Amino acid sequence: MTTVKTGIAAELIPIYIMGKRYLVPEALTIMKAIEYAGYQFIRGCGCRGGVCGACSTVFRREGDYKIYSGLACQTVVEPNMHLAQIPFYPALRRPYDYAAAVADGAIVAQLYPEVFRCVACNACTKICPMDVQVMDYIGALKRGDLALAASISFDCIQCGLCASRCMAEIPQYHVAQLARRLYGGKLAPRAEHLAAMVGRISSGAYRALLGELKTMSAKQLREVYTGRQMEPAMTDESWRPDENVGL
Amino acid sequence: MKISYYPGCTLKSKARNFEDSALASLAALGFEVTELERWNCCGALFSLTTDDLLHQLAPVRVLIRAQQAGAGKVTTLCSQCYNTLARANRLMREDEEKRNTLNQFMTEEPDYHGQVEVVHFLQLLRDEIGWERIRAALKRPLTGLKVAPFYGCMLLRPKEVGIDSPVKPSILMDFIAALGATPTDFAAAEECCGAYQVLAAPEAGLKRTRRVVEAARASGVDALVLSCPLCEYNIGKQQQELAAPGGALPVFYFSQLLAVALGAAEESCRFDLNAAGARELLEERGLIAAAARK
Ligand code: SF4
Ligand code: SF4
Ligand code: SF4
Ligand code: FES
Repeated sequence: MTTVKTGIAAELIPIYIMGKRYLVPEALTIMKAIEYAGYQFIRGCGCRGGVCGACSTVFRREGDYKIYSGLACQTVVEPNMHLAQIPFYPALRRPYDYAAAVADGAIVAQLYPEVFRCVACNACTKICPMDVQVMDYIGALKRGDLALAASISFDCIQCGLCASRCMAEIPQYHVAQLARRLYGGKLAPRAEHLAAMVGRISSGAYRALLGELKTMSAKQLREVYTGRQMEPAMTDESWRPDENVGL
Repeated sequence: MKISYYPGCTLKSKARNFEDSALASLAALGFEVTELERWNCCGALFSLTTDDLLHQLAPVRVLIRAQQAGAGKVTTLCSQCYNTLARANRLMREDEEKRNTLNQFMTEEPDYHGQVEVVHFLQLLRDEIGWERIRAALKRPLTGLKVAPFYGCMLLRPKEVGIDSPVKPSILMDFIAALGATPTDFAAAEECCGAYQVLAAPEAGLKRTRRVVEAARASGVDALVLSCPLCEYNIGKQQQELAAPGGALPVFYFSQLLAVALGAAEESCRFDLNAAGARELLEERGLIAAAARK
């Protein structure tokens, strides 16, 4: 491995961006390394937090035939990785009338008949940077199981890499989004406690509390905010705050 | 030995009457199969192009899922699923070169060598449960009902995967006899239903429908039983295109008559999904209670 000592703490490692070799500090994310190398992101970068799906990277490692993928904003550079950004891959979303749509498998077949071309090659699952079982949700949609497709595809961030690999030319993530929308809006049981809460809010139950916040100084606000009791990272749904003044 | 159950796509959508009645029957018989937790469409057809390995991926993956589930056997109801899976399994058992290519392609899966055995549901009834046990469990024998088997192609051909003799099968006749009905053979029992010609050449497809229905009528049968949603479409639903004299010839999935004879809850039969005449025939014979007419 070629490493170069620099004045700063990090060592420089070689990476290949679209075939050209650059030395970049180790421990950077791919996104920062690309910027370090002198590129500027005008598109293909959004949240920088691993949720927007704008920054997909495809890469290979030396001596390995496999194709890997990652989100540039989350994945740390490795020595000798060969990478390219795939900020966008054409995939068409078919328009439909949500209000009139019946939530069953027929609408999937009608809007995206190409799902029936899937041959179960699994290339989509293998490329997915979110480890979504893409082939399995397409399989669920072929049999009209919207609930299963919605649940399997829950972590999808619409990066489009699956569509780039599909030999059946299926825009998987658009089909999954259709399934989640239909399932979420028309099949999933309604959360009654949510409706009750919305009702309480619109009846004005929290207006006084909000008014109180509005009169606080920036310093007071900061104190209230930083002093609030946080839910522990590892807990179950039985956890309750000591004081529940806002609820 | 653990037996996995592979439903296939059509049984989860258009052919619920096939799956629900079969599972209700198994429950009535006290026999257990476990639906695969993960499965994909089998592809519905075994690719005959010998260098087309791509279309073997789907059925082989299903077999791998059964292996992963720790099953020695995987059973399925649809004749086409059965045929596709059984032939893909033979390929994995017998063709070392193709097996290696497929296993190397699916590096994300464990290697597969055809260890799981593919059995059709009718074989399960015959070989694992046995006609005697079915006979003993009958609640409502189908006495007097003249039922003919319609095998179609995929249960019998090619002979390497056929569940019975390709020219003189008896499994469905024995099944019908076990239900207390009158097994009635007819001239077109092992013929093709027309398969996908219904899409490519509808007229040619309808000729098949006509041939099967007329042959069955000539033998004086009350109803046909079959094992394939495409056969059911071609021989059952397509009769409405024929306007045959004497009204519709009722067509059932074999599992529906099994469920009726075993006294399983009628909802499991979903006769509303059958073509015209099916539910009416059973009502007429007093085998199920008359439904309120709309
Ligand atoms: S399912 Fe497709 S679009 Fe969604 S995250 Fe995975 S690769 Fe990206
Ligand atoms: S890449 Fe396309 S064809 Fe391959 S498994 Fe995924 S959806 Fe099916
Ligand atoms: S009879 Fe027709 S649909 Fe049925 S198995 Fe044969 S070809 Fe298939
Ligand atoms: S920039 Fe949004 S996921 Fe990477």
